[in-house]
Amino acid sequence: MEMAWVWTGMVTLSLAFGLLTGNLDAVANAALEGARSAVELSLAMAGVLCLWSGVMEIMNACGLSAGLARLFRPLLRRLLPKASRDPETLAAVSANVSANLLGLGNAATPLGIRAARRMARGCGGIASDELCRLVVLNTASIQLIPATIASVRAAAGCETPFDILPAVWLASVLSVAAGLTAERLLSHGRRRV
Amino acid sequence: MSLSSLVIPVLLAGVAVYGLGKRVDVYAALTHGAEEGLSVLLRIVPALVGLLTAVSMFRASGAMEWLSGLFAPALDLLGIPPETAPLMLVRPVSGNGALAVASDLMAVHGPDSYVGRVAAVMLGSTETTFYTIAVYFGSAGITKTRHTVPAALAADLTGFAAAALAVRLFFGS
Repeated sequence: MEMAWVWTGMVTLSLAFGLLTGNLDAVANAALEGARSAVELSLAMAGVLCLWSGVMEIMNACGLSAGLARLFRPLLRRLLPKASRDPETLAAVSANVSANLLGLGNAATPLGIRAARRMARGCGGIASDELCRLVVLNTASIQLIPATIASVRAAAGCETPFDILPAVWLASVLSVAAGLTAERLLSHGRRRV
Repeated sequence: MSLSSLVIPVLLAGVAVYGLGKRVDVYAALTHGAEEGLSVLLRIVPALVGLLTAVSMFRASGAMEWLSGLFAPALDLLGIPPETAPLMLVRPVSGNGALAVASDLMAVHGPDSYVGRVAAVMLGSTETTFYTIAVYFGSAGITKTRHTVPAALAADLTGFAAAALAVRLFFGS
């Protein structure tokens, strides 16, 4: 339901500002442009999405993902106790976490989606606590080496683009901890599923 | 050569060689998995159309700039440089937009300035929250997201404040 509020708020505010500032032409164009760019973005990620879904399938077939799952199991069993009982979900989440740590965001998303789809089965469209937790984990960044940002800094003329690493790690840890804490606190205030 | 340009080929070759060693038909598995990726995509497109339409309107109308101005005093209080307000507003909805805003900040203030460093750390310690939520829940067929949005935003806000804190801690301001 929150997305409904966010969406309605953004569209209504845009209309109000368009009227006030006389930017209404630009707003109207932007609506159509945004919709078009969504399909473009989807097409742009289609190939990568299919590729990593395929790689995941290979990893499943040859037992690599089971090995990865064993590695992350002690941690994930605490974080997602119910989902970890299903071996295939555990494998997908483990691969998702590994890809996130390596900074392969494009690879992490299809893997995480795979886990989310399994976790959402038979829940009637309502997110469970653990599914919320998985998504919160993916909305927070846990990458070890932010290569893209370093390249932007280097492009701006920075000689030591990686000197921000300790600061990034500290901020990431605090942000993930805050997200997981908020998830836990808020889940008690709402209907448990 | 960046690190990620080493990781991807090594990963692809490594998985293929390992799979073949285990006598798995890696090519059949690859194409079968790719087919599944295509069905996931069909569910993502509607979610992205909704999100990007609203974001694009929001930016074009000038509402984004107005919100930035509104938040500036509160940011000062949290120790976050107010120059980074546009970055914090764009970050949860658009990865490319955030990258553009951050490189603009670095170009104006310098990559080794306080503002430039905070912008870089903010970018590195947060994700495109609303995009992630739309894609995950869209493909899983979830309509009731419950407390995901507030919890994810709590993580983002903490990440932004922590970015400013961490830069002051490691570099001074």
